[in-house]
Amino acid sequence: MYAIEVNNLAKSYGRVQALDGVSFAVRRGELFGLIGPDGAGKTTLFRLLTTLLLPDGGEAKVDGLDVVKDYLAIRSRVGYMPGRFSLYPDLSVEENLGFFAALFGVGVEESYDLVEPIYKQIAPFRTRRAGKLSGGMKQKLALSCALIHRPSVLFLDEPTTGVDAVSRCEFWDMLAGLKQRGITILVSTPYMDEASRCDRIALCNEGHILGIDTPTGIVGQFRSPLYAIRSRRTFALLEAARRQQGVVQCYPFGESHHLVVDDTFDKEQFVRALSDFEDLHIEPATPTIEDVFIKLMKR
Amino acid sequence: MRRFFVLFQKEFLQIRRNSFLPKLIIIFPIVIMLLMPLVMTMDVRNVNVAVVDLDRSTTSRRIASHIEASEYLTLSATTAEFPLAMEALEQGGADVIVQIPDHFERDMMSGTAERISIIANAVNATKGGIGMQYVVQTIARTLVELRGEKSPVGVSELVTIENRYNPTLNYRHYMIPALMIILFILICGFIPALSIVGEKESGTIEQINVTPVSRLTFTLGKLVPYWLIGLFVLTVAMIVAWLVYGLAPVGSVGLIYFGAALFVLVISGFSLMIANFSETMQQTMFVMFFFIMLFMLMSGLLTPIDSMPQWAQYFTILLPPRYFIDILRSVYLKGTTFVDMWQNFAALGIFAIVFNTLATLTYKKQA
Repeated sequence: MYAIEVNNLAKSYGRVQALDGVSFAVRRGELFGLIGPDGAGKTTLFRLLTTLLLPDGGEAKVDGLDVVKDYLAIRSRVGYMPGRFSLYPDLSVEENLGFFAALFGVGVEESYDLVEPIYKQIAPFRTRRAGKLSGGMKQKLALSCALIHRPSVLFLDEPTTGVDAVSRCEFWDMLAGLKQRGITILVSTPYMDEASRCDRIALCNEGHILGIDTPTGIVGQFRSPLYAIRSRRTFALLEAARRQQGVVQCYPFGESHHLVVDDTFDKEQFVRALSDFEDLHIEPATPTIEDVFIKLMKR
Repeated sequence: MRRFFVLFQKEFLQIRRNSFLPKLIIIFPIVIMLLMPLVMTMDVRNVNVAVVDLDRSTTSRRIASHIEASEYLTLSATTAEFPLAMEALEQGGADVIVQIPDHFERDMMSGTAERISIIANAVNATKGGIGMQYVVQTIARTLVELRGEKSPVGVSELVTIENRYNPTLNYRHYMIPALMIILFILICGFIPALSIVGEKESGTIEQINVTPVSRLTFTLGKLVPYWLIGLFVLTVAMIVAWLVYGLAPVGSVGLIYFGAALFVLVISGFSLMIANFSETMQQTMFVMFFFIMLFMLMSGLLTPIDSMPQWAQYFTILLPPRYFIDILRSVYLKGTTFVDMWQNFAALGIFAIVFNTLATLTYKKQA
């Protein structure tokens, strides 16, 4: 039984095809990540699944309910945290929580055990206006409000965008805690490094899904040899490396460049050809999700 | 029901938390009611009259002194040279010139007198026209008076005039109900619309849309707070009208509240509908401005509908404020009862149902 089933879902805004026949399924209790750059169609997918948008084609089910026909029933079963902070900035922390609890027809106490690990971190500021909270606290409040009615599926649209590294890490710990409670979580992020915290991930780009697998499975798909090359003359090196025999792709990766090669590549010859880069440093590298993404995107 | 109450409570909380709205809701009606009736007057007063007296007789001096004594006219200058008076007219020192020809008194007796000429500055057509009327009346009265003194038989008044419902022809009494409506349109027309579009801009509407709250509940949650605020504003305005201008409704206060309750529903439903079609506050503001101009200028608030062209009169049937203006003025000044004007209430009721249904239907939880 799947918590989310998406079948050939399509949506366009005028001439822009935001989602072009997307299919995937999320198991119950799974922490599923949508990884992709801005404009990949992640937010559109969230808005379709939370019944805020109507699809142009295809179908989707959340908790076994159709997003078009059973939209009302879905609304009381899902929690949604939009990418942009969208609680009432002029209401206090506790007023926001109480307000959303009441809209779902539940009391705060009924779900407090679920919300507590998150809410207790912002509880000292419960009388502060939500608009005056820091970024990390806003995000915790938004998560508390999205959980207050004990949803079976949680949709988090780029929850960690614009949040500092420590809070981001804490946030993923909280998600792991929620997963323990059996809540299915669909989360999107533009940060490839967060993908490893998910059970499975889908790489998306320009309205398509490029591949779905576990984080290690995705990385395992990358079978070509990979090198990291480095020189002080970063940009010149990139240009020169791309012209060499056997180089499939060369792209900046942090402080070095990643070099994807095929069978015809000869390391000795490569070093010789680039001998005018005196400080050239080359070593084999382990592929990451980002490497897989770039490779899939090129295809 | 509980959801409605929560939304309602939230709306009031937000209004209270707003640093500006509560002050606006209290101060705005008071200022408008205190200030506007004093300045919004169509009474033509202080008409400056320059008399060019070429006759220099008792009669001409009597005319000048009557002009001076008039409540509405001010004698700005008496000269013997027309060009001087004309210059004053051009420079704005005089609004009307009265020229009394030479030998007027002498020739008047023989019935061969040259005519008195009156020249008015009609840039402001109302002031020019009414000012001229006053001058003509004053001169005519003077001449009747003079004739009466000369002939043994007194000339009696032939016409009597009575102004019903507003005996002193006080323009304020006509304007105060109109001002109450302007207040209504401004407060209950703008604030609910801006509050919905504000939720769109801040994204909070998104969070509401994923809850199971129905469209009707949401719309009512937006509507009812402004309905109460509208009735509060009306109460403030009525108290000010009574305390400051001594204007209390001749008819039933309950009837006024009933009409007001319907009208607030009409106007706030209308503004919610506009908000549903707008993406930004700016857009809402401009669309509302357009309709508010129509409402204010075409509903008989300032100028009577009867004097509009026929096609415009038909068009006003579609403007809800016209019915409420009629109700408010009739109850305030004439004491009209419900039976005499149930059509107005019915029209408001229909508008309220239509606009609020449309407001509910056009509020989309899904795009």
